[in-house]
Amino acid sequence: MEDFTPLSGLVGGLLIGLSTALLMLLNGRIAGISGIVGGLLDRKASEVGWRAMFAAGLLLGAVAYMLATGGAFPVAIEASLPVMVAAGLLVGLGTRLGSGCTSGHGVSGIARLSGRSIVATLVFMGTAILTVLVSGQVL
Amino acid sequence: MPRLIVALFSGALFGLGLAVSGMANPQKVIGFLDVAGEWDPTLAFVMGGALLVAGPAFRLIFRRRRPVLSGDFELPVKTKVDARLIWGSALFGVGWGLSGFCPGPAVVALVPALATGIVPVFAFVIAMVAGMAIYERTF
Repeated sequence: MEDFTPLSGLVGGLLIGLSTALLMLLNGRIAGISGIVGGLLDRKASEVGWRAMFAAGLLLGAVAYMLATGGAFPVAIEASLPVMVAAGLLVGLGTRLGSGCTSGHGVSGIARLSGRSIVATLVFMGTAILTVLVSGQVL
Repeated sequence: MPRLIVALFSGALFGLGLAVSGMANPQKVIGFLDVAGEWDPTLAFVMGGALLVAGPAFRLIFRRRRPVLSGDFELPVKTKVDARLIWGSALFGVGWGLSGFCPGPAVVALVPALATGIVPVFAFVIAMVAGMAIYERTF
């Protein structure tokens, strides 16, 4: 439990919730990252602009954090490069097939009490926990 | 134009939230998923914080007939749990567990990765976009 950071976790979560609420109130759109990034590959041009802006905003938010704190935030990766590539493919394909990820299902979906999102969140949490358990034994 | 600015601002708030929460660090996410190891509950506080804002906010927002800046709330129309939802979410969870990255944190982590030269972040994001493109072509 040495790495447990409940306060910064909660504050970060509140900011994410605020972002999600603002996008819905003002634009009527779900702040789901897989839908937004995946939607950039869609050819319906009318919805591409805001998605590109939101994605640019994600990067800008990270830049703002680094400027404010005067340094990079930690990104520690234990998986090997081939595993990261395989994981990226699974995350990209899986989130689009399953219509959402941690944000779209886990935050927006649960916030509007969508049954599909609650099921999806339980399923990806479950397989992720199992994967960590199994890879801890095997790798 | 106002909608694009809202999207940029909302994205920045979301990215900032992810950076503050520590969720852009795969090690912390794996620490949450590794329930059999030294469990780090931070991720639950992040989701909890987001839902604390988004849940009540959505309830108020959906009393409106339409969003402030656009004509309609664009919400998922599907209500039934189907095989695609289950399979997609299951695959996503495996990728999440292998890497510790879901789409939002991976994009946000590109910024410190650019500064410090962490190759696996770029590999993951490129593979993720490829996975999304495979979905667009196949389904």
